[in-house]
Amino acid sequence: MTGVRLRARPVGASALLVEVDGAADVRILSQEIERRRAAGALGTVVDVVPGARTVLLDGVTDPAALARTMLAWELGADRSESGDPSAAAPVPRSIDVPAAYDGPDLEGVAARWGVGVDEAVRLHARVQFVVAFCGFSPGFAYLTGMPDHLAVPRRATPRDLVPAGAIGLAGAYCGVYPRASPGGWQLIARTDLQLWDPGRTEPALLTPGTGVRFVPS
Amino acid sequence: MSEARPRFVEVVRAGPLTTVQDIGRAGYAHLAVPRSGALDRPALDLANRLVGNHLGDAALEATLGGVGVRAGCDCTVAVTGSRALISVDGHPAGWGLATPVRRGQLVEVGPALSGVRSYLAVDGGLAVQATLGSRSTDVLSSLGPPPLRDGDVLPLGPPRRAAAALDFDPWPEPSDPLVLRARLGPRDDWFTAAALAVLRSSTFTASSLSNRVALRLDGARLERAVEAELPSEGMVLGAVQVPADGRPLVFLADHPTTGGYPVIAVVEADDLPACAQARPGAAVRFHVLADRPGYGARS
Repeated sequence: MTGVRLRARPVGASALLVEVDGAADVRILSQEIERRRAAGALGTVVDVVPGARTVLLDGVTDPAALARTMLAWELGADRSESGDPSAAAPVPRSIDVPAAYDGPDLEGVAARWGVGVDEAVRLHARVQFVVAFCGFSPGFAYLTGMPDHLAVPRRATPRDLVPAGAIGLAGAYCGVYPRASPGGWQLIARTDLQLWDPGRTEPALLTPGTGVRFVPS
Repeated sequence: MSEARPRFVEVVRAGPLTTVQDIGRAGYAHLAVPRSGALDRPALDLANRLVGNHLGDAALEATLGGVGVRAGCDCTVAVTGSRALISVDGHPAGWGLATPVRRGQLVEVGPALSGVRSYLAVDGGLAVQATLGSRSTDVLSSLGPPPLRDGDVLPLGPPRRAAAALDFDPWPEPSDPLVLRARLGPRDDWFTAAALAVLRSSTFTASSLSNRVALRLDGARLERAVEAELPSEGMVLGAVQVPADGRPLVFLADHPTTGGYPVIAVVEADDLPACAQARPGAAVRFHVLADRPGYGARS
């Protein structure tokens, strides 16, 4: 197994998109970017935006020079091969999210998984999730860690209004709606934890790289 | 002294869509917070300079139909961006000029005559509550103050002295066709050679569905070479994204921070203010700059 494979793509005059092979590599790369950025070794970068298998660096003075620098990085050469995403890169920060498993789609999800509701709750609550990236709405985190065989499709008809705190599944992602909004994810549970508050120093609780466990309440 | 009174303006006619805008909230894209901010940044900057404000102070961005406000205090106003008929208590006032206004007077900015968005700055700046360091209204995520409604009262910051003199800084009329310089990438290789030729040669039309999120373009469709679904990736201001229907759009200040459709090219930052002023039906072409750099890979 080799280290993280990096590919750089140009994004206009002041940004750079670095592509890797998957969510675990995105975390390894993001941590390295943050480490060097904090040390002042990266020059000006306004935004670092992880995606599903990319990291965007925006507000960069010289993207070509940054691409040359980054492509010389040796990353993840010593990573384990367990296949566990949290083993591939350490999770610096973890949050327990209390969850009432009474979502309107819980029975349907359990049926798709071929288990009873209690077992579905157990399966979900034992996953060590990690925030891969944010998107869709401020503070909305895409959580990875669920095995692929538990992936579920989005609802055929999205709901016009999903309440804040609703916990849903789409594909192999889990997400918690930080604010009330329309949404098409399969809702299995809800939390009272306030995930998004623009008045806080850290407005979002679930930031990229944060570990998440759901604790049935 | 009159300065002891509270400083404010009252919205008399909110118009079709008028929002508070400053230079936005860059730096939160990793939390899915769009940058937002004035779509025609040079116009905002000019309006602020004319009334003696700091660059980055908040002003009003009116869309197509203008806006009317009543001064709650003696103040100085300036209107920039799209040309429009401007009046103070019915008397004509100049575009791009610092205009003194007495308490109680009505400032009317008429419909946009040549572009889409006019900016109305008031000395002291609009001192509405900031969210994540910015007073800008983000129409995609509903951050910042909601769009204006008739009767809204907007507080002002402390009075400032209008610039004693200002070099004349004319607002460029929108060109016809509007030519947008763009650089290919990051996903130009997801499109056919024919699509790239269309991007270079075709004349598109600004759609009436355009908004603060994107300038949407009608016309030729851009055909994909890679049909696979694109895993969500970060999006930048000026990105030319091609959704499933093949019709390109140019991301403006309230664009989503991530997206699942490929970006064929990115418009130069200096050409984005003109995108904000492209009226529905305007002709739009792309001028693709020198071939994309090959940054390469490491494995």
